[in-house]
Order: sequence, then structure tokens, then C-alpha cells
Amino acid sequence: MSLPEPTQRPLTQHVDHNREAYNLAEYEAHGGYESVRKMLTELSPSAGLELLKASDLRGRGGAGFPTGMKWSFVPMQSEAERLANPMQKYIVANADEMEPGTFKDRVIMEGCPHLLVEGMIVGAAILQATTGYIFIRGEYIEAAEKLNRAISECREKGWLGKNILGSGWDFDLHVHTSAGRYICGEETALLNSLEGKRATPRAKPPFPQVSGLWGKPTIVNNVETLANIPNIINYGAEWFKGLSLTEDAGTKLYGVSGRVNKAGCWELPMGTTARELLEVHAGGMRDGYKLKTFLPGGGSTPLLLPEHLDTPMDYTHIGKIGSRMGTGTMIMIDDQVDFLGALKNLEHFFAQESCGFCTPCRDGLPWVEKTLDKIIRGKGTSADIEWLDRATVNLNMGFTFCAHAPGAMGPLESALKYFRAEFETRIKLHHSETV
Amino acid sequence: MAKLTVDDQDYDVADGNNLLHACLSIGLDLPYFCWHPCMGSVGACRQCAVKQYADENDERGRVVMACMTPASDGARISINDKQAKDFRAGVIELLMTNHPHDCPVCEEGGECHLQDMTEMSGHTTRTYDEQKRTHNNQYLGPLINHEMNRCISCYRCVRYYKDYAGGRDLDAMGAHHHVYFGRHTDGVLESPFAGNLVEVCPTGVFTDKTFSAHYSRKWDLQTSPSVCQHCAAGCNITPGERYGTLKRITNRYNADVNGYFLCDRGRFGYGFVNSDDRVTQPLARETINHADNTNSDTAIQCSTENSLTRLTQALKDPATIAIGSPRASLESNFALQSAVGESRFYRGIAPSEDTTINTLLKFQQSSCVNSASQRTIESCDAVLILGEDLTHTSPRTALSLRQTVRQRARELADEARIPFWQDAAVRELAQQEKSPLFIINTHKGDLDDIAENTYFNSPQKIARLGFAIAEQLRDKSGALSASLTPEEKEMCSTIVNALSQAKRPLIIAGASLLNEDVLNSALDVIKSLHINREEVIQAHLVVPEVNSIGLAMLTQSSAERSLSEALKQIESGAAKRLVVLENDLYQRVNPEKLDAALEKLDEIIVIDHVWHNGMAKADLIIPAASFAEGDGTVVSSEGRAQRFFATFPVNADNSSANDSWQWVNQALDNRWKNFDAIVNACAESNDLLAPIADLAPPADYRQHGLKVPRMSHRYSGRTALSANINVSEVKQPADPQTALGFTMEGSNVNAPGPLRNTAWAPGWNSNQSIHKFQDEVGGPLTGGSSGLCLFGSAESNELEFGVPSEQTSNADFSAIPFYHIFGSDELSNFAAPIAERSPQAYLALNPLDAAQLDLTQGDGATLRFENLQQVFSLTVVIRPELIRGLVGLPIGLGGLTRHLLEHSPLLEKNLAWQRVPSGRDQNVIATDQSIGLSEGLVP
Repeated sequence: MSLPEPTQRPLTQHVDHNREAYNLAEYEAHGGYESVRKMLTELSPSAGLELLKASDLRGRGGAGFPTGMKWSFVPMQSEAERLANPMQKYIVANADEMEPGTFKDRVIMEGCPHLLVEGMIVGAAILQATTGYIFIRGEYIEAAEKLNRAISECREKGWLGKNILGSGWDFDLHVHTSAGRYICGEETALLNSLEGKRATPRAKPPFPQVSGLWGKPTIVNNVETLANIPNIINYGAEWFKGLSLTEDAGTKLYGVSGRVNKAGCWELPMGTTARELLEVHAGGMRDGYKLKTFLPGGGSTPLLLPEHLDTPMDYTHIGKIGSRMGTGTMIMIDDQVDFLGALKNLEHFFAQESCGFCTPCRDGLPWVEKTLDKIIRGKGTSADIEWLDRATVNLNMGFTFCAHAPGAMGPLESALKYFRAEFETRIKLHHSETV
Repeated sequence: MAKLTVDDQDYDVADGNNLLHACLSIGLDLPYFCWHPCMGSVGACRQCAVKQYADENDERGRVVMACMTPASDGARISINDKQAKDFRAGVIELLMTNHPHDCPVCEEGGECHLQDMTEMSGHTTRTYDEQKRTHNNQYLGPLINHEMNRCISCYRCVRYYKDYAGGRDLDAMGAHHHVYFGRHTDGVLESPFAGNLVEVCPTGVFTDKTFSAHYSRKWDLQTSPSVCQHCAAGCNITPGERYGTLKRITNRYNADVNGYFLCDRGRFGYGFVNSDDRVTQPLARETINHADNTNSDTAIQCSTENSLTRLTQALKDPATIAIGSPRASLESNFALQSAVGESRFYRGIAPSEDTTINTLLKFQQSSCVNSASQRTIESCDAVLILGEDLTHTSPRTALSLRQTVRQRARELADEARIPFWQDAAVRELAQQEKSPLFIINTHKGDLDDIAENTYFNSPQKIARLGFAIAEQLRDKSGALSASLTPEEKEMCSTIVNALSQAKRPLIIAGASLLNEDVLNSALDVIKSLHINREEVIQAHLVVPEVNSIGLAMLTQSSAERSLSEALKQIESGAAKRLVVLENDLYQRVNPEKLDAALEKLDEIIVIDHVWHNGMAKADLIIPAASFAEGDGTVVSSEGRAQRFFATFPVNADNSSANDSWQWVNQALDNRWKNFDAIVNACAESNDLLAPIADLAPPADYRQHGLKVPRMSHRYSGRTALSANINVSEVKQPADPQTALGFTMEGSNVNAPGPLRNTAWAPGWNSNQSIHKFQDEVGGPLTGGSSGLCLFGSAESNELEFGVPSEQTSNADFSAIPFYHIFGSDELSNFAAPIAERSPQAYLALNPLDAAQLDLTQGDGATLRFENLQQVFSLTVVIRPELIRGLVGLPIGLGGLTRHLLEHSPLLEKNLAWQRVPSGRDQNVIATDQSIGLSEGLVP
């Protein structure tokens, strides 16, 4: 089977909601699993890793960490060592898609489950991992079913199991449906949860690449990241970099939600501007609603303003204007939304989803939520704004155990920066009423 | 050494630790909650934030958690940096948002780490005016209170209970700011080390229920350095007293022995001191009629003078013999021995125990063995336990073994370059990997969960396996090994490999099975391992009572001085009078035989502090001081001689109790001038005991001209304590015997280790203050650890051990002892909460044996013994691992005593038995049931 011509939409080329997702035979007929064949017959693990590094693929889960570099920390065995005594290693797909406003991984898993399975097998072949897990959000019932079907097809066909393609390499893959907490999206909390422990993050170092699942070297990557790997192996790093409009390589699954005409998720070249996403793909704001502000990449990314719409949506450019690209799924907030109410709702979410391990997050977030509520009820004072300011320092990066509370501080800090007047007005209103 | 710069001051700190450990070790104050010297760092509370600078030129720095950051050479940090300080105050502010303002009614108040840290971090004004989260509290049993509203979620309790102590029924539940620390439902905390939660919890969530029942503030307690009396582990304790009542026991840090932790028997078993069964006045029986088993009611109070006269007469009578006690101090035993003469002083130990302890003592003095302290035990990397259910025979040692098996984790962490103090990371890395621990015993025990392999069989069979291991260690092709079953052979070679390949192997055995062959086989393993490895072998040999070793040393382990010999003397009529020291002989020998012997005596004098059967036939009962009111020296299993000091004076208004040695001394017309004199005399009398003279500074030791005070400088109401009785101020009792005073005057700040009663430092009111008295956090006390090891003369070992034959006895059954941390110890059973925790008396049987007798779990069985009149009706517990023909009897429960094991048991079904309705069936989960079975609790 020869490879089809490369496409501009490598992640979603096979996704068509008007038909069933491809089964194994159909997927193979469209070039599926060619990357596994190539990896196992033509490329050494180190060559695979070099390709990944050269592709400049960055993690699509939100942090945007270079995938090749992340993988290079996994201890590798020589061919002889591995055949004699393979080191237990794991590859885990983070499919616990819980970021508010995010629904991109679901598109892949429901639209083309084999792409993720292929990504995991080829990734595992690079890492020489022995077992893989897809840690999937419990609510993604359809996706889990489809993945399980895809996996059993692969087991039957020999893409999974012992001695794959006669390479002497064994690999199996399992789907684990999560019991459901936002923090399971944090890779080390995910690993704890997968081990049956409380979903609390782990301290780093040691990084999962060295001591991960059950203390063994482990790679955890987002679904979209893994789904990119087959095509990078097939078509090369230069092709992948060429897909992008900016320096950050590849395509990206962008999403738009909020009061827009056509909310949705699209695969577009990396670096597409927010304005194009909103106005072209999402069809602009609904009639009568004006864009006030937006969260560029999910609930934990700092707010941006309409003036930022022309910024290319990639890790570098969004980072430069004080926010994060996150998952690349924008939540548009219009002028008729109760802004402080929306913010409180968001902070409520983060307070509820705190794992309860470290003090600033566990006890700080509920206080932030209560303070916002107080201000909204017109009972706030300037001391409350002071506390919110203080929280944006003490609950931020470096002070907390993981990135959960800093994520919650992103929208709050930017709200205080861009919309401070709204907080102050509510307080003044209260005072004028009481006086 | 690493160079560390803190706020522009240079310090030298030990390599490989974290910044918090380093800062505390050099005496700096830095607040923390989740970190614990024994449990390492997890970075949960974020309280120990400091500013770290990259190098000399870095002026911005960044805030890091001191506990999670290595104190690497050249590190530059600041504790006083404003950003770090503000953050630390912010963390306390957050912790306090949900903490109730109940300090005035909280048991932790005044010794609360949270109070101290709040003060230290400068959070003084509350701005949070929202509602607090609240929790329901749980019933956790008779020992521990639960007040979850006070919880600051530091996770120390679960990390201690689950990770450190191996408990299974306490966990963190729920999430976000509703995290709950408790059981799945109300119920007794199963771990016998649960009491340490009281000290591990930085605030008042887990508090001592027995203390709450007669509460006083920490600063109002009179305390002394003391040693736990409830087994031979030698744990150091701090008893606390007020109003003449012993109110509680807390851990007293000893780096070599108990470290930071005690077992629950030691912590909560103090009730006998306050018991209504205490003997407080001399009691005499007017008519002497031993045949008539008269009870205490007919004994009448007699004056101190009269009782002393009678004691003097008795001690002078050449027809008097005396029986000492393994639960009395060396000084009391020595005084009595000196009074009647060595040849007429006998060990008050059950004959079956006596021989094993004597063998053990002889062996401990050979050059092939080093008696391992608990700290040494934790550093070993392969362990064989032969014939001990350690959790119940030496509980604190069992807790140490749970750390020993983590040596493997330490190795893995070293390989992966993860510092061992990165607790969560190391546990994650090591998963289930453990250093090898093998348990060979007659029945399942509570350490089996961490054992690599276990083997259960009859004492004879386990001894043969032990000897086979020894044989293989010396010479691979032994005849004994050939006689093993394939399963035994495999076990044998696994153990031999593990022991010979380990860096530091450890053998644990002891006297608990009351079987000489089993002990001998273990000693032979040590000997052979010594030959195999050509080095001194670490061993911990367990004896049953607080001073078993001391008594054996005092009497030179001589066979002529055993209790059986004493009985022979009485039966033959050679002895006419008997003085018994702090001993219930009915626990030691066949009561029928004892009754018969005692009838022959003209006079029986018993010196003891609590009422027991052994007093029923006494003509004179002399009230002794308990460990809480007396001074003395005891020798632990390890051979460590340690001094305990009276916590409070006997109240002369309502008690005439006195140290046993004092009674004897007065009867001898004050042969010894004072306590130091008798200690020195005892030390001089016996080479083995010579070091005891140096255990603690003498009575004339002074600091700045003052004694070391037993009361804190904040002790309140001293002059008004007895104002309800007499308004005039009572003179403070003097303590002429020791360097401690019953006083507030003076300071214990620079006290030597053996005199250190409690730890307090400015700003550190809780037990966490102990690090102010350690050179290095977790290391020995600045003033020196308490205790000196009496073992270790280097004579060559001449002991030879005979292998028991394979022949079986004709009897259907033989009895073996089961021990229970709650129930098998005589004195702690006086404490109601301990009694509540002890199981009902039972007998344990193999299922097939039970079936043959038509017995099922919970049925009743009648138990008799050959040549004995005694009859027991007991509930039947089925133990599948128990080999056929063995009957497990819980020692100390329902009148089942050690001496019974010398007789062959006879069993039959008790048809009149009525099953006890089970109150435990509600809310039982698997763990309750499995634990219950292993304790023989579930009928």
C-alpha cells in the first residue's frame, strides 16, 4: 500500500460526521498504519525520535512543550539489551478532555479513533514502550467504545500484541475511562488516578519520563499531539513545519464557543488568527452581541480583548501578549454576559476541581470564589479587591504544587487588569446604597 | 558537608538533605506542617517557602519550598525575604480560614504546632469573614478523639498511618476544601500504632482520649524521663502528672530506640498507675492460714513501722527465700538479692521462659553477634524472623521493620538519583519493591503483609527449618537440608541466598514461643551466618518483659536460681518464709503446684503496686511505687540499660507506697545511703551491670546550682494545688534520690539526654520542638541518648545447639502461645481502654482439627490440661494456617498463662456454649474482617 498524497488537514482528513468512522480495513485503505510499518521496518527508534524533534511538534494539551525534547528524556536501551530484557515503559494518551470550552480531542477520537491508536503504536515504537493506556474522560462514552473497537481490530490484525510485524517488539494498548476530575488532565495526577490512587499531582522531579506510571518511564501526551505523529513519520518534519503559517509547526484543532453564529472545531494551519477563527469559521458574533473579551485556549488561559484578535493563534504569539494558547479552543464572552458572574462561575469550577493537596489552591480558591460572590451581591469592599490581588500572587506559578491554581488565576488576574473598573463600580454602588 | 548561605550568613550543613532539614538543623526557625523528619517531604502545605538565589549576583531570586529543594553546596537562600515571608503568612491565613477558634477548649492548645507556626509567621489579623467548612467527626475507638473541623489538611496523618505504619483503615477522602481524613465509617482504628496520630497531627484533630478524660494543659503537667514498662523494647516515654494522677504518656525521643513513635500499649496502657486496684497501704493478715484461701477483705491495714519490722525479721531469717521480678527495676531486685543473699534469691520467671532467656543472654555476649537497636534494624536490608509475632511481642520493633524493608526503595532511589526525603517520589518509584523479609512462625502475624515469604508450622518443624538454614549457610550439602520438603528446601535456599548476599542481614528471634529449639535454631543461624560472612551479625532477640534481661544478668543466668528451684526449696521445707517482689507468681507457674507449695510456708510477704492473685495468700502486702512514682534501671531486649525517674512523688497523705528497693533498704537499716549508692553497689556487684553507674548524672548534679525541674516554667497554681484541702502552702516535696526536682525552678534546656523530660523552646511549644535539642534533625539528642548497651563482651562463642528430632509426641494436641498487643501484658490490662481493645479469650484450631471435634468458628470448646484441674471454656477461632495438632492460646486473656503450655491440652466440644452475638457485623469491610481474623477477634 503506497501512501496517499499528503493533505493540509492531516488530523481530520478522515473525519466525516456524515458517515461512520473508518474501520480498520477502510483506514488501512487510506494509508492507515503505514507509519507503524515504516517505523518498524525502516526507522530505528532513535531515527524516529530525531524526526519528531526536527518536526518541532509541541504538546497540544495546553503547555506547548516540545514533544521531541520531552521524549528524549526517556531512558533508551540498545537493540540487544531490549531484546534480552525489555525495560518496562509506558505511553499514555491524555484523553481526559475537561478544560472548559474544549472539545477538540473528542473530534479525533469519535471521528477517527484509529488515528489515535496509530499515533500511540508508532509513538510506543519510538519509545520502545511495552504498554499503552488511553486515559479517557468518563463522559466520552462513544469515543471510548470506538477506541475499544479500534483496539480489538488492531489486536486481531496484529498491529497490537506480540512481535508486531515480526520486529520482536510487543505492545498492547488499553482504554481506561476516568472517574472524572479536572485534575486528571494534569499528567502526574492522571498517572496516580490510573494507578488507582487519589488523583493528586506528583512533585517533579522526578519527571514521568524517568519514574512515571508504577514508577516506570512513562510518556503522557495529549490526544491531538499523539495523532500528529503518524503523519510526521509518513511525510517528514519539513512537510509538517510547512503546514503552519508561523514558527510553531503543524496544524491545530481550533475551536470557538460562546454567542457566535457557528460554534465549532476546525483543523487549520497553526498561526491562524483569532479574528479569522471568529469571523470566518465561527461566522462572527450573533446579532446584537458584541465581543467583550475572550479566553483564547480554555478556562485557564488569561483573557484577551478584541484588540488582540489579529494575533496569530500559536504558542509564541499568544504568549507574547500575556496569555496562553492553551488548547486553542476560544470562549468568546460578549457584552451582555454578566461578566463578574461568568468569572465567579469559572472560579467556582476551579475551586471545586482542586484536588485539595496544597494549601493555596485548596483554601485559596474557595475564598476567591466567595469574594467574587460577595462583590457580585454588592457586599464587597476595597479589601476584597486587595485580597483578589493578593491571591493572584500567592496562588500563582511557583507557589502552588501544580498548575491548577495558577490556571485559575489566569482569568482573574487578567480580569483585574482589563476590567478593574467593573469590580470597583460594584463596590462603589454598594457604598452609595448604604450611605 | 555543604556550604549554605542563609540571609547572608554562611553555615556548614550535612550533604544530601533538603533546605528545611538544613535550616532546622542549624537552629533557624522556619515554619512547616506536612514535612516530618521520619516521613520526608511531599510539598503539600507550602508553609516552608524561602527565597532561593541562583548565585551571588542574583538579586531577584525565586520562592521555593524549602522541604522540596536540595540543600546543595553553595546554595544561597533567604528566610527573611519579604516575598517569602508574605507568602508564608498568606499560607497560614488560608489554613486558618477553616480552622475553628476553639483553642481555649482544644486539647492541643498550648502544645499545638499550628499555634506555634501561626505565631511564627506573623498572621495575627483575620480578614476572612465567610463561613467555615465543617465536617462530621468519627468514633475512632477508645483511644483517640476525632475533631475534623480543626483539620488543616497537611496529610501527615495518612502518610504516617498508611505509608509509615502500614495501617489500612485511615485515608484521605473527598476533594478540594472538603478533604476528609478518617475511616470509611465510624469504628476503632485498627493499627496498634494509631496513637502516634496524636503527636503526628500538627493540631487537634487526633487527640488522646484517655488524656481528655482527665485533662490538663501540657504546661501544667509534671513530667520525667521514663521508660515504657509494657514490653522489653525499651521505648523512652514522658509520663505527665497532675493532682497525683498520671494523665498521659507521650513519646520521649531516643534516636536509637523509639525515635518519634510509640505503640498504643505503651501510650495508653498507663491506667494501672491510677487504678483502684493500687495497693497504697501495708496490709497484714492477722491469722495465718494458707489453706483457707482468704481474700483481701480479711487483710487489715498495718502501720509502716510494723510492716518494716516484719520485713526486717523476714530478711534476717536464714530460712527466707526471695523471688525477684522481670517487671521490677534492677535496683529493687538487687536490694532484695543483697538482703537475702545471692543463693536465696530466685528469678520469678516461668520455667519455660527461663531457659530460653538464659540461653539468649549467654549468646548475646558472644563475639559473633551485635544486638541491633531499632535504629540499626531500620538500616538492615534482609531480615529473617524466626518464631516471633513481632507486632504483638515487641510492637515498636515491628514498626521499625516496616522501615527496614524500605532499604530496597532507598537503593532504587539512589540509583535514580532521587533523594530519599522525596517521600512520594521514592514510594512511587519503588512501588511494591521491598528488601527481603522472611517470617517463620507457628501462625500468621501482622507483619506478613510486608514479608517476601512466610512459613508456618509446628515449633519443632520451624526449628528444624532454622537449623537447616544454619546448616546450608555453613556447608551447602547438609543432611538436615535433605530431609526438608521441596517447599521447605526452596524457602531455605531463598533465605540462605538473601542472607548471604545482603549488605547487612538481620536475624530476629526470641523467647516468645517458649521453645528452646526454635530459639537455638535462630542462634545457630546467626552463628553460621557469622562464619559464612566473616563478620559480626546484627540480631534482635526479643524477651517478654521490661527487665527480663536485667533480672537474668543480676542472677548470672544460673540454673540454681530459677523459679522451679525456689519451689523445690519451699516444697522440701528448706524455705520457711518467702518475699515476692512485684510479681504475680500465678502468672508464672502451675497454680495447683503453687498453692500446694505456698501452704507450706510460715510467712509470705508480697511487695507490689497493684492487686493480683499472688497477693491472695500473702500475710503481708507492702505497697510499692509504680514506675511513675519510683526511680530505677531496666534492661531492654537490646541489652540497653536505661534509667527511669519518678514522675511525681507519692502523696504521703493517702499512700505509703515507696520504691521496693527503699522498703528493703529501710528494713536493712538503710544499707545504701541513697539511690546512687544502690545503683553503684549494683554496678560493682556484677561485671555485666557495671555500666549502669554511668546511665545518668548523680543526684548532686546541678545546672546553675539548680536541679533539673520536672515542672515547666509555666506550671500554674503550684501553691494552690491543694488549697481545697488546706489553704496553707504545702512545702514542695524534695527529691533526694535524683538530679531532678519536683519543682518549677531551674531549666532543662541544657539537660543531658537521660535527664531530658520534655522538649520546649521559645516559639516551639509542641513536640516538634525536639529538633532544637538534636545536633541534626532526626539525629541523637544534643545531651546524648539515653541508655547504654550491656551486651558485647568479646568472648568466643561456645554454645552448641542440638537439632530437635523429627519424632512426634503421642498427645493429640500441643499448645502454642498467641500474643496480643492489647491483652497479653499484665499491667496494661488495668487500663480500661486497653481492656476494651483486647479480644475475648479464645482458642485457635486448624479447620480439620476443628471439624474432627465437630467445632466451627464461634463454637465453644472445653479446654483441659493433662495433670491439671483447671478447666477453660473458650470460643473457637479457626486458623487455616495453623498446622494440625496445634492449639493456639492467647496468653494473658481469660486466665490463660504461660505455664499452661507445658502441659498437653485436651479438647472437647462444649455443648452448653452459647454463641456471643456479634456486634461487629455492621459496616464491616474486607479489611476489618481480615484484621479481625488475624487477631482472632471475629467469632
